[in-house]
Amino acid sequence: MNSVDLSVQLGTLRLPNPLVAASGCFGYGLEYADVVDLSTLGGIAVKGLFLDERQGHPPQRIVETPSGMLNAIGLQGIGVHRFIDDQLPALREYKVNIFVNICGSTIDEYAELARILSDTEGVAALELNISCPNIKEGGITFGCNLNGTYDVVAAVRKVTKLPVIPKLTPNVTDIASFARAAEEAGADGVSLINTFLAMAIDVETRRPKLSNVVGGLSGPAIRPIAIRMVHQCRQAVKIPIMGMGGIASADDVVEFMIAGADAVQIGTANFVDPFIWSKLLKGLTEYLRRHGHVSVRDIVNSVDLSEGQTKTDQTWTSS
Amino acid sequence: MPIDVDAVVLSNNRLSPNYNVVAIAAPEIATQAQPGQFVMIKQTLDSEPLLRRPFSIFEILRDKDGEAKGLSLLNKPVGTVTQRLFEIEAGERLQCLGPLGQPFSIVSFPEAAWMVAGGVGLAPFLTLAETLREQKVETTLFYGGRSTVDLVYLESFKRLDVSLVLATEDGSRGETGLVTLPLARELQSVSTDQPLSLYACGPTPMMQVVAKLAHTHGRSSEVSLEPVMGCGLGGCYSCVVPLHSQSNNLSPQLVRSCREGPVFGGDQVVWAELI
Repeated sequence: MNSVDLSVQLGTLRLPNPLVAASGCFGYGLEYADVVDLSTLGGIAVKGLFLDERQGHPPQRIVETPSGMLNAIGLQGIGVHRFIDDQLPALREYKVNIFVNICGSTIDEYAELARILSDTEGVAALELNISCPNIKEGGITFGCNLNGTYDVVAAVRKVTKLPVIPKLTPNVTDIASFARAAEEAGADGVSLINTFLAMAIDVETRRPKLSNVVGGLSGPAIRPIAIRMVHQCRQAVKIPIMGMGGIASADDVVEFMIAGADAVQIGTANFVDPFIWSKLLKGLTEYLRRHGHVSVRDIVNSVDLSEGQTKTDQTWTSS
Repeated sequence: MPIDVDAVVLSNNRLSPNYNVVAIAAPEIATQAQPGQFVMIKQTLDSEPLLRRPFSIFEILRDKDGEAKGLSLLNKPVGTVTQRLFEIEAGERLQCLGPLGQPFSIVSFPEAAWMVAGGVGLAPFLTLAETLREQKVETTLFYGGRSTVDLVYLESFKRLDVSLVLATEDGSRGETGLVTLPLARELQSVSTDQPLSLYACGPTPMMQVVAKLAHTHGRSSEVSLEPVMGCGLGGCYSCVVPLHSQSNNLSPQLVRSCREGPVFGGDQVVWAELI
């Protein structure tokens, strides 16, 4: 059988395949070393790191919703120094692309984190978390303001040679304008989408189900909105896009790539099935073979927007 | 090493409207499992309901040569997932990921072991009792429930020569009231020369009382906590519980119960902050 090239290019960064573990859904990576061969992943976006350790929100931190879940973890984390000292040395051994997701309360903190990580061996790229809906300070305040997005990206761009990939929030009116601001500020790519700000209430007690009252919605429930946003951003910018939001099957991976994603991230589905990675790779390869593609890059941004009836309509009318 | 088994349901023994025991064929998990560990289960890999649910490993099922061929889960139907698990039939399948988490510490003779279970909190104690009895440890089960119908599997513990102290809230079996009452009394009367460890699993207030009683009497205790879990592997940070900080820092540390637990020392837990 013909071999299929699964490798993708994110700017200067080559990934062996387009499947990247999404930040906040894969710990720092090593947690999954027992169940997944980490070296087979396209990359790992590690749990968001601040300069210092953070405790996060008190429980209850998650709640299940229709085809999805809300989380309000609050970016509990070990801080960048303990990540570099305790996690990165072992992680490096797997030769997997490490996307370090960084968060700050101020632009200076993002720049400081970027400086520290630029001097560290084994970091493939920086993913700027400007979209976490669960913390009051920093984060999403940059992600919901075009100037804020531009300024954070530009400040980090200035201090690092590593690829800079801001992760965008869907909690804005026009996400494509944020992708454009990131591109203009010198971003090497954009990740989208982070979770939707959402809420669930226990009707018996009338209490919010999350201790933080509100949290971020993820899972298959948000997938169609994520697809639309990837499609819109693809029209707006030339830089690579990492698409995510409810991917749970190989067809979902394909859908995101057709919509315009150069690579994808898998988050919530990894909680449901930590063995999903090999299944997705197999399904993706089968899809590409079935459609006669030699490279996964052939399907990126291949949505057919030609005028006329959709294929579904044609099938339906002819039957 | 945890694995995911697409396990066939061997039987579903409905003990009462409140409890059932589901046996599944998962030899790869059963052979590795240690008392106190758990599995994450899901009936299908569909998106509804989305997440897996944690269950203690109730029994290790063995063939006549003693080879582990499967495991069982003690279930109480309280929500959508547990209701479906109550209705599941032999021949259906269950995705089962495990074994996960840190097991109980196993004491050895001449130390005695007292297990304290409330309701469905019985789940981790049958495998623990088996292991303790293999070590010739004198083992007692303090077991409380609302009513006599809530006290299940007593014969299995008797077969292992586990002493039983029963309590029901309605007085229909054993002592009337909470199981911590006879526990407090027995802790008073047992000789201080007798080394003794306590294990508890059940409602949080019960485990808190057990941990406190154990501490008061200078006995060590381990508790098996059951917070809401997302992934079971340490990826999501949903299932954190407050533990006393190892440094002198006053605020408790939030620690993942799926990975660092679900078994913790009773003295480690900051009970006032555990929800």
